[in-house]
Parts: sequence; structure tokens; C-alpha cells
Amino acid sequence: MAGIEIRSLRKHFGDLHAVDGVDLSIDDGEFLVLLGSSGSGKTTLLRMIAGLERPTSGEIRIGGERVDGDVPPRARGIAMVFQSYALYPHRTVFQNIAFPLEASRVPRKQIEEKVRWAAEMFSISRYMDRYPRQLSGGERQRVALCRALVRDPKVFLLDEPLANLDAKLRNTARDDLKRFQRRIQTTTVYVTHDQVEAMGLGDRIVVMERGKVRQIGTPQEVYEEPVDTFVATFVGQPPMNLLEVSDPSLPPRTLLGFRPEHFLPKGVAAAGQDVRTFRFAVRRVEYLGSDRYVYGSVVESGAPDATIIAKLPATITAAIPEGETHEFAVPRRALRYFDAETGLRRRL
Amino acid sequence: MTPRRTLADREDVLGGAMLAPALAYVTLLVGVPFVFAIVLSFSDATAGSLHFGWAGLRNYAAILGDPIFLRALRNSAVVTVGSQVLVVILATAAAQVFRATFRGKRFARFVILLPWAVPVSLAAIAWTWIFDSTFSVINWTLKAAGLLHGWLYWLGDPALALFAIIIVQAWRIFPFATVIVLAGLASIPQEIVEAAIVDGAGFWRRLLVVELPLLMPVVAVAVLFGVVYTATDLGVVYILTGGGPANTTHVLPTLAFQRGILGADLGQGAAIAVFLLPFLIVVAVAMLRLARRAEVGGGGSAR
Repeated sequence: MAGIEIRSLRKHFGDLHAVDGVDLSIDDGEFLVLLGSSGSGKTTLLRMIAGLERPTSGEIRIGGERVDGDVPPRARGIAMVFQSYALYPHRTVFQNIAFPLEASRVPRKQIEEKVRWAAEMFSISRYMDRYPRQLSGGERQRVALCRALVRDPKVFLLDEPLANLDAKLRNTARDDLKRFQRRIQTTTVYVTHDQVEAMGLGDRIVVMERGKVRQIGTPQEVYEEPVDTFVATFVGQPPMNLLEVSDPSLPPRTLLGFRPEHFLPKGVAAAGQDVRTFRFAVRRVEYLGSDRYVYGSVVESGAPDATIIAKLPATITAAIPEGETHEFAVPRRALRYFDAETGLRRRL
Repeated sequence: MTPRRTLADREDVLGGAMLAPALAYVTLLVGVPFVFAIVLSFSDATAGSLHFGWAGLRNYAAILGDPIFLRALRNSAVVTVGSQVLVVILATAAAQVFRATFRGKRFARFVILLPWAVPVSLAAIAWTWIFDSTFSVINWTLKAAGLLHGWLYWLGDPALALFAIIIVQAWRIFPFATVIVLAGLASIPQEIVEAAIVDGAGFWRRLLVVELPLLMPVVAVAVLFGVVYTATDLGVVYILTGGGPANTTHVLPTLAFQRGILGADLGQGAAIAVFLLPFLIVVAVAMLRLARRAEVGGGGSAR
């Protein structure tokens, strides 16, 4: 097992700077999630760690050893799970899982033991003689994980392994994955564009945009203390509300940020709580069972048309008629401030 | 807009009308001669006479007792199998080369496709010079390199002549096979190849254990075409050796031509040609089976 050190790593494809100076240190046994939209460079970064892509410049160390030069993937002590799972369609489940062991010339008997052990772990022993095309998406994903596991890698690299599963299966697969990682305690780098996955799985999350790291932190840090407006709006569903108000007590051009779940009718706020109130012109209320989303605009906003969303849990039963203006409030400790020009967090 | 149903709306009529030319073509130019050839093989018809008598199985009995025919049958098999083995090896290697990016790739691809575009007869004439008993380029090159001490009579020695035919047939088919294999390689998902790399498989293991099995259906198609082209080809053998020396390098088409047209014994010529049929049917069925059994790529992704 080993950590990963990445120093000023770059990858240019012609004029495109896919990865543009990334520094990262991943601890031994950590579950690190690279989160970003498509084109953010997260997959390129993963592929450079894997050795499938050669860095333009910079350093990668796995377990203290430099691997960014000519060290081929097989010598890096890594295992990778691809988005499509990349199972060998002409080989049975057993043969798929055995492939990495055959490639490193493990004796036949040991291969057998190892494959059985891994298959047991993911409860796919029943499918050993089937071909990938005879398996469901979830089963294929587990075969892919098995194939990665038998190599005893120092590092697991996972490229959106849950993206091809349907929503229901994704939840249980996520839970399985997390439990599995906790059990084997192997350093894991996980790429996803799904922030729910990132929050649920990661010990830490790296938010990437256009080849650069925007923020590194625990899910809680990234959610509650976003370093800029990009992270604030990328993480969280619905995203953080951003509002420009003219307020003499604030520096000029300051954006107020608050999460939809903190934006509640004034009457709900606990007595004595320090709140900031807004007049909220409600346009539409969306009933979602466990929550209500209230769409509208804040009257004192610099841009009165900008949509602001409030997320009311089902425990708040107060009627919110559409088309009327209501008093809503945000606890002051939940307010975040950003520079309207640079988008960076302002600590006041 | 016309409210009435027009001819363009009537798929039943239109379908038939559009199929008709192709059907007529196949029937008249392939079907009729084919049936006629089978009929001829049971007759004692000769060129230059309109006499048509029933000969029963006499033609077949005659050729089966004829060592030249048996030799031609064996040669057909040897040339077809030998050239296709060469083709598969060469085409796979060439496809690997063309998968890489290098300067002049387009030009190289153009050059490698040339043998396929050149008329067989012209190419075969060029090859007769390469294999010439006095001027053979191969011999002089080998001599200059110090690898050859005696002298190779390419077209004068039965075994060498057969080998020469195999070389020319392989040379002729392999560009086409390369293109097919290239298409097959492109259909293997990149992630599967990368998974094999990460799993620690080296070049040979990747080629033999991952890529070739996935290429099998495509290679089978290339081989199927190659077999048909080679087994039915008349030009190469006819120009290169003319069946010689001493009738040792005849294949079925050249022998059929010699007996049936040059020797005017239409019945026997047809009987020889008909012998190709079961041979080709077996190959075609086997290849198509193989193609259906294996599944190319795609199996790894969710579907």
C-alpha cells in the first residue's frame, strides 16, 4: 500500500491544457474522489497516474517511487476499473479475473485460489463460467472490481465505475464499494462527475475545473466552506444561491451565498437566532415528497430576475402561496461571502 | 401533395421492382452458367461440335483415375491454405503497423493497397520476371547478400513453383485482408486494450490472448474472401507456370481450362471445375459459423 504524490503535473494536447499544473498528495489508504464536469481534466489525471497517458511535465510518485517517466502501467502497482468495465468479451468471468495473474505468470494453482477468493468477496462465484454478455450491469461491474482486486495493487484507480448502472443499483453499488474499500484499506482514486457519489464515497474530494484543482477537502469542507463560486454552485443540488445586494455593511461587489436548505420562512427560525431576512417573491412551488423546492426571486437583489431556490423539508408545513412575496430568512452563520469579480471566497 | 397512394408508397411493388435487376443479373450470368456447367459435366460435349450426349459419371470416373487431376486437387488445397496462412500473418502484422501514427502513413497505405488494384495478369507477368530462371531478382539479391550459394529455379522445380504461386496469391490478397483487419482492430474498444495494458499484458499476450480472438470473426471474413479468390483463380497459375513443369503445378481452374477449352473436352473440363464446388461450400459454411459464434468487441459495455 502506498500514497501518491503529484507535483505540478501538466498534460497538454496541442493547445488544450487538459491538466494544468496539479499538485496533490494522496494518503496511504485514502479514498480520494476527483470531481468535475466533462473536460475538467479529471480522467486525464487518472490516466496519467495509471500510465496510460504520458505527462507533458511534472512528477508522479506512487509509494515514494517516481513513475512519471517510462514506468509502464504494469510496473506501477496499480489496478484500474474502466467506465465500460472493459471485460474481455471472449473470456469467461473466471478467465477475466485470472487474466492479470496469468500476465504476471502466477502458477495455475495459485490463480485458481486467488480468483475464488476474490469472487467470494464480491459474491459472484456462481457466474464463473459465464461470459460478460450473459451478466447484468451490476454483475459486470463486480467482475471488473474482482479483476482489479486480484492483482493486490498498491493503488486502485476507478474511472466512473457506477456511471453505467441504473439509479437504484447505483446506491447499493456505492455502499458495496465503500465497504469494500474500508475493508481492504487500499489507496483509491475515484473519478466521477456525480457530486452525490463524490460526497458519499470520498474521504476527501478534489474539485477540478478546466485542468486545475479548485478545492481539496472533506465532503463537509467542500460543501460548507467552498473556496469560490464555482465550487459553491457545482457541489450541492440544488446549487448554492448567489445574490448580489447593495449593503453598506459589506465591501462593494460582494456576493452573498447560502444553501437552499438554509433559506426558510422567517417564522420557522428559532427565536433568538441571528438571521438575515429577505423579501422572497415566490414564483412556483415544486412538491417532491420529502422536500418542497420554492422558486422565486429576492426583491432587494441587484439582479431581481435571478432565480433563488429554497428547499423546505416536509417537516415545514406552512402554506407558501405562489405569486406572493414572503419573508424568508437565512441564519447568519450559514451565509458565505464571495468577491463578485473573482468569484473567490471573502472572509468577513 | 397527392392524396392518393402513389407507386412510391407501395413498398411491396417497389421492393420487387428494385430487386429485379440484381436478381436477373445473378440468374442469367451466374445461375445459368452454373447449372449449365453441372449439366455439361455429365455429358460428352466437345468444343467445335453441337453434339450433346449423356455420359453419366464417365467424366468423373476419368478424372478421379487421373494422377494429374489428383495432383491439381491437392495443389488447389495447398495453394489456398498456404496463401491464406501467409495472408493472415501478413495482414495482422500490417494492420498493427498501420494502427500506429507515423509520417507518410497515407502514402504507405496507398502503396500497400496497390497489389489489390493491379490487374492479376499484369502482376503475374511482373512476377514471372522476379522468378525468372536467369534474371530472378530474388536469387541475385540473396546471392549479393551472401545467403545463396547454389541457384534456385523458381518455376522449374515443382515444389518451388508451388511455393512461388503461394507467394503471389498471398501478395495479391493480403492488402484487402489488411484493410479488413484494420477495420476489425478499430472495432475493438480502446478501453479493453487499455485494460489489458494495465492488467500487465505485454505486446504478444495482448495480441494473442485479447486482440486476435476478438478479431476472429473479421479475420474469418477476410479468409473467406481470400479462399474464394484464390481457389477460383486461373490467371496467376496460368501465367506463372502454365501448370508446368510437367503438369505438376496445375490447380483445378487451370486444369479445367486446359482440358475443357484448350483440349476441347467440355465435359471433362466441367467435371473438374465442379469439383471446386463442395470444397468452397464447406469453407463458406465453416467460416460463417465461426463468424457467428465469436462476437466482436462490445460485449464489455452495458447492453
